[in-house]
Amino acid sequence: MSKKYDAGVKEYRDTYWTPEYVPLDTDLLACFKCTGQEGVPREEVAAAVAAESSTGTWSTVWSELLTDLEFYKGRCYRIEDVPGDKESFYAFIAYPLDLFEEGSITNVLTSLVGNVFGFKALRHLRLEDIRFPMAFIKTCGGPPNGIVVERDRLNKYGRPLLGCTIKPKLGLSGKNYGRVVYECLRGGLDLTKDDENINSQPFQRWRERFEFVAEAVKLAQQETGEVKGHYLNCTATTPEEMYERAEFAKELDMPIIMHDYITGGFTANTGLANWCRKNGMLLHIHRAMHAVIDRHPKHGIHFRVLAKCLRLSGGDQLHTGTVVGKLEGDRQTTLGYIDNLRESFVPEDRTRGNFFDQDWGSMPGVFAVASGGIHVWHMPALLAIFGDDSCLQFGGGTHGHPWGSAAGAAANRVALEACVKARNAGREIEKESRDILMEAAKHSPELAIALETWKEIKFEFDTVDKLDVQ
Amino acid sequence: MPFQSTVGDYQTVATLETFGFLPPMSQDEIYDQIAYIIAQGWSPVIEHVHPSGSMQTYWSYWKLPFFGEKDLNVVVSELEACHRAYPDHHVRMVGYDAYTQSQGTCFVVFEGR
Repeated sequence: MSKKYDAGVKEYRDTYWTPEYVPLDTDLLACFKCTGQEGVPREEVAAAVAAESSTGTWSTVWSELLTDLEFYKGRCYRIEDVPGDKESFYAFIAYPLDLFEEGSITNVLTSLVGNVFGFKALRHLRLEDIRFPMAFIKTCGGPPNGIVVERDRLNKYGRPLLGCTIKPKLGLSGKNYGRVVYECLRGGLDLTKDDENINSQPFQRWRERFEFVAEAVKLAQQETGEVKGHYLNCTATTPEEMYERAEFAKELDMPIIMHDYITGGFTANTGLANWCRKNGMLLHIHRAMHAVIDRHPKHGIHFRVLAKCLRLSGGDQLHTGTVVGKLEGDRQTTLGYIDNLRESFVPEDRTRGNFFDQDWGSMPGVFAVASGGIHVWHMPALLAIFGDDSCLQFGGGTHGHPWGSAAGAAANRVALEACVKARNAGREIEKESRDILMEAAKHSPELAIALETWKEIKFEFDTVDKLDVQ
Repeated sequence: MPFQSTVGDYQTVATLETFGFLPPMSQDEIYDQIAYIIAQGWSPVIEHVHPSGSMQTYWSYWKLPFFGEKDLNVVVSELEACHRAYPDHHVRMVGYDAYTQSQGTCFVVFEGR
């Protein structure tokens, strides 16, 4: 039956608050933490979020009646208390699949975290989680290679990958930079990394870096008999330049390149991931700018959403924090989103911050990268937290070794292998960490010196963003 | 003390991937690692190659993968038999994970010369 046009302003909840609605398997579901302005009822706030992130606008408009909004609208179907927080609540919203372009993370985020975040009736708004329906996941390319293929290409099994970022992060010439790469790789690291802000600056243009790094990687590989790589950062001013750098990395026969997916943007990232899939190139993903978006407990986007978005947009490795190092992140939350990077099904589990069951189907997994303020003493905890499908990166913890980067690399490699061996033999590596490392140091002067150098360094600050549990 | 006298000279070593930076394992330690492979539900696989081919993707199988083998002693005696038959070859132990279609682990037990 056709409706009549009735100009004016209706309450959002009349249209967008539908507690009787049962979400469909094909719906995209989102959980927002909402903090409304004082005096605005919860249902009205939640319905406003559903409306502004889907079909609605503040006023009734005549052109609504040209379509069937019941088919297209987002609906708030559930409201829940936030444990231990009286002023905020969770709103669960279901969006019909047809609101989104196939395979476009850019489009999903433009809707879900667009205008609505500036909405005046809200004091704060945070996107806590998204349940992507299988029907959407199947339209995304995902990781260009995934964990299994990456292991086969790099010939690394039964342990985490070991890497480090080249330091100082800015200011080295191409040739000096390649020297540091060579030192790290000959010392026993599998991979080295361009720092995220190394692109193509006056002190070191990208082509210069790529050529010297390629020579360093090949030489280290030849001398050690192991497969080596360096993440060549292809993040660039324009997509055209990004592809030019990727092509050159391939020409040099390098196994892996790198992109910064938030500053570079999801469109660029998805494009580069597609290029990598087509060209047999591994893709390492950095996450600069994430903490601007994800650290405030009441406003922004939780990192678990950004991590899910990256798995769909495409990347073979993603930075996830370390739990134990210098950067923010608690253990349970981190485990919650690294599950979403690596597993094929992740059940709802509020103790890990996961608000929905998430089925990933056949989508390949992404290596979790732990990097930032970690050193050999952290090795047992890192292995226990992150498991084998991870990449552990020690920057200062490699180059800061009194004998230099090669010895620092060897110390880390010995420590890692000692921990893996001990774990496999059934030892409790976190409890026995000191014994395991001290035993290993008996056979490695490099490790003995590293243990002495970093014995006092800890980063014991409480996390700012905690799970909402009582 | 002058700086240079406290700095060691790190020599590059040729290694064979996982556990390449640890001293050779004792027999008991090798048993522990094989027990881990079996406990994970992985299939034990023995591979060998002449040292000149150590960077090849494919090493030769010793017989076939030992699908479903749960007996530690059988695996150990096969490792030793492989080493006796090819004393100058590297011999490695692989734990093959059929679910991921990947190697759960892989490490060299005997180094050839």
